Amino acid sequence: MIIYLIKRLFAMVPVIIGVTLISFLIIHLAPGKPTDVMTELNPKITPEARARLEKYYGLDKPILVQYGLWLKRIALLDFGNSFSTDSRPVIDKIWDKKLPFPDRRLSVTILINLLSMLLIIAIAIPVGIYSATRPYSLGDRISTVCVFIGFATPTFWLSLLLMMLFSVKLDWLPISGLKSLNYATLGPWQQVLDKSMHLVLPVFVSAFGGIAGMSRYMRSSMIEAINNDYITTARAKGLTERAVIYKHALRNALLPLVTILGLSIPGLVGGSVIFETIFGIPGMGQLSYQAIMTRDYPVVMGILTISALLTMMGNMTADICYGLVDPRIRVK
Amino acid sequence: MIKLPQTTQALLKNPLALSGFIIVLLLFACAVFAPVLAPYDYKEVNVRAILAPPNIHHIFGTDELGRDVLSRMMYGSRISLAVGFVAVGIATLIGILLGAVSGYYGRWIDSCLMRLVDIMLCIPSFFLILAVIAFIGQSIWNIMAIIGFTSWMGVSRLVRAEFLSLKEREFVLAARASGAGDMRIIFSQILPNAMAPVFVSAILGIAAAVLIESSLSFLGLGVQPPLPSWGNILTSGKDNMETAWWLSVFPGCAILLTVLGYNLLGEGLQDVLNPRLKNK
Repeated sequence: MIIYLIKRLFAMVPVIIGVTLISFLIIHLAPGKPTDVMTELNPKITPEARARLEKYYGLDKPILVQYGLWLKRIALLDFGNSFSTDSRPVIDKIWDKKLPFPDRRLSVTILINLLSMLLIIAIAIPVGIYSATRPYSLGDRISTVCVFIGFATPTFWLSLLLMMLFSVKLDWLPISGLKSLNYATLGPWQQVLDKSMHLVLPVFVSAFGGIAGMSRYMRSSMIEAINNDYITTARAKGLTERAVIYKHALRNALLPLVTILGLSIPGLVGGSVIFETIFGIPGMGQLSYQAIMTRDYPVVMGILTISALLTMMGNMTADICYGLVDPRIRVK
Repeated sequence: MIKLPQTTQALLKNPLALSGFIIVLLLFACAVFAPVLAPYDYKEVNVRAILAPPNIHHIFGTDELGRDVLSRMMYGSRISLAVGFVAVGIATLIGILLGAVSGYYGRWIDSCLMRLVDIMLCIPSFFLILAVIAFIGQSIWNIMAIIGFTSWMGVSRLVRAEFLSLKEREFVLAARASGAGDMRIIFSQILPNAMAPVFVSAILGIAAAVLIESSLSFLGLGVQPPLPSWGNILTSGKDNMETAWWLSVFPGCAILLTVLGYNLLGEGLQDVLNPRLKNK
C-alpha cells in the first residue's frame, strides 16, 4: 500500500507542472502586458514606475524564468495583489483570515460541493440499484427518462425556475445569499436553520446533473456486477436475494463509483460559478465571476490555479481510496 | 466502417433515436429558415408591447424592449447550432489527431499525450473557458474555439483505445506488408474503422457545447446583445423574474429540448452502431 501511495504521489508531479504551466500560459494570452490594466487606468504613472512594476512581476525576464519565479511565488501561496480598488492580496480574498472559518470564500464553495456530493450519493445509489435489479421495468424506464431530462437541463435555467417557484411565488425559501439580514441576532439553532434554508436550492441545483449521471453509472455498474459468476455462486448457495444484492453485488458495484466521483469534481467546481452568481453566494465562484467581469487578472489566475490543484487533490484522494478498497489496483 | 443506408434504417426503427433525430431536424429547419419563419425581426422594437405576456401577436410574449421572444429564439437557434458544430468539429479534429498518434506510435509519445489529457481533465474546464474568454475577449469565434480546445480529451481517449486494438489486426499487417506508409495506414486503414464511437461522442459533444454556450451567454460572457442567444434571453428572464415568466420558461425549454435531442440521437446511434453494448 505504501509503494502504491508513493507511486501515486510521483505520478502527480507532471500533472502539477502541467496544470501550473497551462494556468501560467493563459496569463500570457492576454494582449499587452498583465500590468497594463494597472498602468492604463492611472494617468499619473511614469515610464519609470511602469518599468518598476514590470520588474516586480518579472516581465523583463525570459518566459521560462518567469514561470519559475511564478511557481516559486505560488508555492508560498503568493498570487499577487488584486487589481481592484482594495488591491488586497489574492489569497486574502479567497481565504480571508479575518472572517470566521465557515464564511471564507473557499470554505463556502467546498461546503456546498461536499453537500451536493453527499446528495448525489444519497439519491443516485438507491436509484441505480433499483433500476439495475429491475431492468426494463416501469420504474427503470421512468428513471431513464428522468436521467435524460436531468442531463439536458441547464443548471442556470433550473436555478431560475426554482427561484421563481420557491422564492418569488411561494416565498418558502430565501431568494439569495447565504444568511438573512438578522442572522447575527438569531440563536445558534436558528442560525443553522437559516443557513440551511439558504443552502437548499444551491445544493440541489449543483447536485442535479450529477444525480442523473451517477445513477446511470450506478445502474450499469450494478448490472455488470450482477452478471458475474460469484453472484451465481451466491445464489446457488441459497443466499437470500437481499444478501446477494446488498452484500455481494453492491460492494463490487460501488468500486468504480469512487473514481467517477473523483472525476466529477471539476464539473462541480466549474458549476459553482453559475449557481453562486445566480444565488448570490459569497464563494469562490462568485469571486471569480466578479474578477472576470472586471478583468482582475491576478484573482482569475489565482482561482484557476487553486481550483485546478484542489481538483487534482480530489482525484488523488479518489485514487487512494480506490487502492484502499480494491487490492487489485495496488498491484497494477 | 459506418454504412450509411443500414445505419439510417436501424436508427429509424429505434424510437429514442428517431425522436432525437426529429428534434434535431426541426432545430435545423428553425435555424436555416429563421428569416422566413420568424414572425418579426429579432431586433424589431415595439414600445407598445414591452414585456407583453404570450398573446396572439406574440406567441411567446415580448422582452423588456418589446422584441418578439419567439423570433429571437428562432435566430438564437442559429447561434447554438453554429457553436455546437464548430466547437465539436475542432474538438473532434484535435482528439482524432492526438488519439491516433498516441495509439499508433505508443511508447513515449503515448505517455506524453495521455499525461496531457490527464492535465486537461484536472482543470475545471468551465473555469478555464471563463478565464480564457476574460483574457482574449468575448466573440462568438473565441467561444467556439475555446470550447473546442477544452473538450477534445474524451475523443482522443476513444480513438487511442480503438487504435490500440485495431493496429494489431490482419488488415493493418496486410497494408504494411504491401508497403503502405504510417500516414496511409493511420488515415485510410485504421481511422475509418475507428470512426463509429467518435461519431457518437461528437453528437453527444454538440449537446455539451450547446449547454456551455448558453451558460456563458447567460453569464454575459458569451454572445452579446442585440444578437440573440437562448442564454442571453434567459439573462433578461432573470432580471424580470418577478413579472415575466415567459422570458425564462421558453428559451430554457428550447435548450433542454435541443440537448435532449442530441443526447437521444447519440445514444440511439450508439445502440445501432454497437449492438453488443445494448444488453449491458
